[in-house]
Amino acid sequence: MKSKFGSPVLDASARLLAPFMWLFAAYVLVHGHDSPGGGFQAGVILAASIIMLRLVRGEASPPGLTSRGALTFACAGPLIYGGIGIVSLLSGGNFLDYGALPLPMDPVQIRVIGTLGIETGVMIGVTGVMVLIFDVLAPWDDGTV
Amino acid sequence: MIGRLAVLLLIPAFVVLLQAAAELPAVGDGDSPAFTHVAPYYLEHAHEETGAPNFVTAVLADYRGYDTFGELTVIFTAGLACLLILGTRDEPPAPRDEDVA
Repeated sequence: MKSKFGSPVLDASARLLAPFMWLFAAYVLVHGHDSPGGGFQAGVILAASIIMLRLVRGEASPPGLTSRGALTFACAGPLIYGGIGIVSLLSGGNFLDYGALPLPMDPVQIRVIGTLGIETGVMIGVTGVMVLIFDVLAPWDDGTV
Repeated sequence: MIGRLAVLLLIPAFVVLLQAAAELPAVGDGDSPAFTHVAPYYLEHAHEETGAPNFVTAVLADYRGYDTFGELTVIFTAGLACLLILGTRDEPPAPRDEDVA
């Protein structure tokens, strides 16, 4: 992978497709509570859209994610997940016991929010790792990651 | 010689495995251990305890949240390993002789 290989047709197609992929990723994430789906699937869909933009428009393209950003995402995912666990631990519950999170809501609702929170962490982490693996397998011109 | 010995040892192991497989519970058997331990509890209590209409999500993200944390850590470690192994080279490796020839 030496550089982007975008043509006007590919460029227009990718720009048309990307917002719908982001919307679908958000849908899969949020609706994972009610139906098959969740953070892992949503993260892969999001990563697919970012890799598509990378292939067509290059890494520096504004709606994409830089390699350093991908590394940040990959580290932020487990941090969010573990952070929610630590917060519930400090609030008097067990590790990852979302019912103990300090939120002014019904305990069952807090569990729903906690589940959504960790799924968001999973999505961010999976997105970062997928883009990161793509980047190290296909280095750009300057060879950096 | 070692290969034939290995095959001779594999035959009794295969027979033992076949006999064990015959003892396994039938697919969908409600009395099998997998369905009599915690699965009924999850089916009966998951909705009111976690608020999740989807039992898979309830088990994955709530009852077994620690396990999912481990899964995410595995993925994170895989990405980190790829970065450390592949991402630190300064320039593409020089073509080897057999590649050129």
